[in-house]
Amino acid sequence: MDLTTFLIQCLNALQYGLLLFLVASGLTLIFGIMGVINLAHGSFYMIGAYMAYALAPIVSSTFGGGFFAVLGVGLVLAVLLGYVLEWAFFSFLYQREHLQQVLMTYGLILVFEELRSLLVGDDVHGVSPPEILAGTFPLSDLMTYPVYRLFISAVCLLLALGMYLVFSRTRLGMMIRAGSTNREMVQSLGIDIKFLYRVVFAAGVAVAVFAGMIAAPVSSVYPGMGSSVLIICFVVVVIGGIGSIRGALLAALLIGVVDTFGKVLLPQASGVLVYVLMALILLWRPNGLFKAG
Amino acid sequence: MKLVRTSLLVACALAAPLAMGQNTAKIKIGLMLPYTGTYAALGNAIENGFRLYVEERGGKIAGREVEYVKVDDESDPSKATDNVNKLVKRDNVDVLVGTVHSGVAMVMAKVAKDTGTLLIIPNAGADAVTGPMCAPNIFRSSFSSYQPAYAMGEVAAKKGGKKAVTITHKYAAGDESVRAFREAFEKNGGQVIKDLNLPFPSVEYQALLTEIASLKPDLVYTFFAGGAAVKFVKDYAAAGLKKSIPLYGAGFLTDGTLDAQGADAEGLFTTLHYADSLGTPRDNSFRLAYAKTYKLQPDVYAVQGYDAAQILGIGATAVKGDLSKKAEFATAVEAAKIDSPRGVFTLSKAHNPVQDIYLRQVVGKENKVMGVAIKGLADPARGCRM
Amino acid sequence: MKLGKFLFVFLAFAALAVYPLVAGTYGIDLVTKVMIMALFALSLELLVGATGLVCFGQSAFLGIGAYAAVLLSPQDSSASVLWLLPVCVIAAAAYAALVGALSLRTSGVYFIMVTLAFAQMAYYVAHDTPLGGGTDGIYMLTKPVLGSVLDLDKPLTLYGFTLACLAGIFGAMALMLRSRFGRALAGIRVNEQRMRATGFSTFGYKWAAFVISGGIAGLAGFLFAVKDGVVNPELISWHVSGEVLIMIILGGLGHLRGALLGAFAFALLQEFFRSEAIFGEFSKHWHLGLGLTIIACVALLPRGLVGIPQQLVTRLMGRNQRIGAAPVGGQHAGQ
Repeated sequence: MDLTTFLIQCLNALQYGLLLFLVASGLTLIFGIMGVINLAHGSFYMIGAYMAYALAPIVSSTFGGGFFAVLGVGLVLAVLLGYVLEWAFFSFLYQREHLQQVLMTYGLILVFEELRSLLVGDDVHGVSPPEILAGTFPLSDLMTYPVYRLFISAVCLLLALGMYLVFSRTRLGMMIRAGSTNREMVQSLGIDIKFLYRVVFAAGVAVAVFAGMIAAPVSSVYPGMGSSVLIICFVVVVIGGIGSIRGALLAALLIGVVDTFGKVLLPQASGVLVYVLMALILLWRPNGLFKAG
Repeated sequence: MKLVRTSLLVACALAAPLAMGQNTAKIKIGLMLPYTGTYAALGNAIENGFRLYVEERGGKIAGREVEYVKVDDESDPSKATDNVNKLVKRDNVDVLVGTVHSGVAMVMAKVAKDTGTLLIIPNAGADAVTGPMCAPNIFRSSFSSYQPAYAMGEVAAKKGGKKAVTITHKYAAGDESVRAFREAFEKNGGQVIKDLNLPFPSVEYQALLTEIASLKPDLVYTFFAGGAAVKFVKDYAAAGLKKSIPLYGAGFLTDGTLDAQGADAEGLFTTLHYADSLGTPRDNSFRLAYAKTYKLQPDVYAVQGYDAAQILGIGATAVKGDLSKKAEFATAVEAAKIDSPRGVFTLSKAHNPVQDIYLRQVVGKENKVMGVAIKGLADPARGCRM
Repeated sequence: MKLGKFLFVFLAFAALAVYPLVAGTYGIDLVTKVMIMALFALSLELLVGATGLVCFGQSAFLGIGAYAAVLLSPQDSSASVLWLLPVCVIAAAAYAALVGALSLRTSGVYFIMVTLAFAQMAYYVAHDTPLGGGTDGIYMLTKPVLGSVLDLDKPLTLYGFTLACLAGIFGAMALMLRSRFGRALAGIRVNEQRMRATGFSTFGYKWAAFVISGGIAGLAGFLFAVKDGVVNPELISWHVSGEVLIMIILGGLGHLRGALLGAFAFALLQEFFRSEAIFGEFSKHWHLGLGLTIIACVALLPRGLVGIPQQLVTRLMGRNQRIGAAPVGGQHAGQ
């Protein structure tokens, strides 16, 4: 592998890792910080992608907006969806065991997939990136790189920074972290924990949906896309250490590197390398790379 | 709990006499297709095509009315045996029709071989089905993975390519396609310098696209379908490779995916046994009828479903509706010329279509036919002992 | 209540024993498969319900048992059950021993993910290496026999054999969970630190539970391969691991009969929602009905299906019971 190719592969690894973090960040919030096992996370990602596809004509005909308008509308809908979901399905689950959450979110996956099939159908769709971001720039004599992917990476970094700042530097973040460690204590301190949880959950769903919308132009929109990201998202959160945002970021980047170079250097084993990585890391650090916080 | 257990007993007890086989005048057709999951669109198209043929004949085949029983195979081979048994043992179907996923089709073929049930496969291209698993009661109305790939191998070599790189998912369908491409390409003077693959169903192509750029081949051959095909074509164009390294693929790369791929698919050459603009009277009338009935445009899957029904119709008519005459059924179908929207084709001795493979190019939102890549290509049916 | 539970289990097995008299070929086929899944569910119950170890890689042991059965069966003559069955069980148990030894260093969600990782490795071997025979699967050309007495190729014989395995394993597990070993596992589930403080080497007990669980799953895998006559790498996918976990949660954790109930209920629910006779065209969308039912079960049945009698009783008696309280230890004493 010559230097140019190596550098391009590094860029690929970085970009994939950042994309992974973007998709997994919603799970970091809900699972990592609230401790709720949400198997429907992949479904939220899928909902985001399908929203990007389905809302585009509606938004452009109603008030002439483009991609960013769709993003805005989608985000609002996502927050609403998260709020309602938490109220209807999850609020009674915090007291229950984790496995009850597993069972319920499994049911939710089935329901979401089928609703998608009923409402939008089973075809494959593409979403175009907005005009200003649709260009490419040359990397080598043969290869070019799409600007949109850089945009996604930038968004992801901003998101990571934002999440980190909110959770470690603001009062809200402090309350959330306290609430996840000791719900009753926080409640007895006069903080409305129910409302707090609802907000965080809605934020988690919104981030997952947002990731689906942003990633739609590069990932395309098809049935089953939710289930393919689900497991890898859990791998990211677990390797990084549950509750740690920088852990999740580092884990995502690690997976990006292993996946990218694995495909090229060890193609026969590339399917399993990520799992071998996870097993090795957990055997070395049984609680993931970083502690919560 | 007890209630559940009792209900199960009662339900099965009630079903038992029904399962004891009734001799009604209707032909029972068991459709085992993916109705949920990634391939649901294909399953629906195949069923639509099949039903269209039957409806065109007043809902009858060989004078007998048709009854459908459907089972969702979820494209899951580990559940396939149970699902086939629903149709064969519980519903006692006369004909099995299915499926899309090759792993599931292999299981169906095994059960069909063991029970002697008539099986018509409207998509799954696994070479083995008309290879080692071939049987007098198993027919295929679609293709074998070998056919479009082999044709493309010839086309690519003739278009002046000498060094090729292949890329596909690591699974049986991908392997078979790449193998057939290689066979034809190397027979015509080319050389496949590297086979790239990635685990199914990963769609992260960037690393391999960079690899292709560093290998600098004359052309790339690929086999992807569905969502993976959409992403690959888009990524290939975004990586700038489309301008410099021609991309050739088996037709599934651009079938049912052109809307999603948009301009990135423009100009791509693919080979398949069907195209969007054949322009023959037979195809035109089929497309019109399909569009009128379902308010959708037909695709290759719909044609395959339609032809599965045709095969059944031809055979059933020859045995005057008595489907237990398996040998006569087979003889009639083997001798028949099937008037398909794709063109006239016959079945090989291993019961795979012997058909023209078209060279198509994407123009606008269509796979326009550019000519016939290979006329009357038959699958070599390696391993078939019939 | 103890007599009630025993009676329930006894009647359930009795019903299964006489079922072939009323069922057609399809019914026997279906219930054989459900019994195999129930056996598989029992294996996971030992880990999750009894010991508190949530394993998300159970499909690997099922798959190894199944692949061993197919790969070791000779092409032209029938193998004897007497050696084939134990080999499959031991192969699965051996992998469980390896996985357990490594995974038990972690706990909680990390343990869940490590077990998944090891199952994915097994999946990879089946899916991508020549050993696995490729993604389209491999066929079992001959079915094993027990001398001239039992030919597992015959559906009725296989039904009886599976029922015997299920009843036998159920009974053995019931006994095991009442023994010192079983009570140690229960103690580990409730509070592992306390167990260690009283001098138990908890690692050894957990590891033993892992190996036994793997072996039972391997037995289920053997039966699976014999019944279907074909194995496919998808048998080792995480979807299978997920489904069996769903089954035992649905049935009710902490009770052996919960595993049985969950397996049967899950299968029945699928049959119900897929039924064209009931839902007509809408049966295509059976995932919707199944998903909604599962959600309803979580909302209304916090203890799973096994909790139904108790919930009915308290509702009728009007007693105030806090729904959702985590089950206290000692559940397995009453099966």
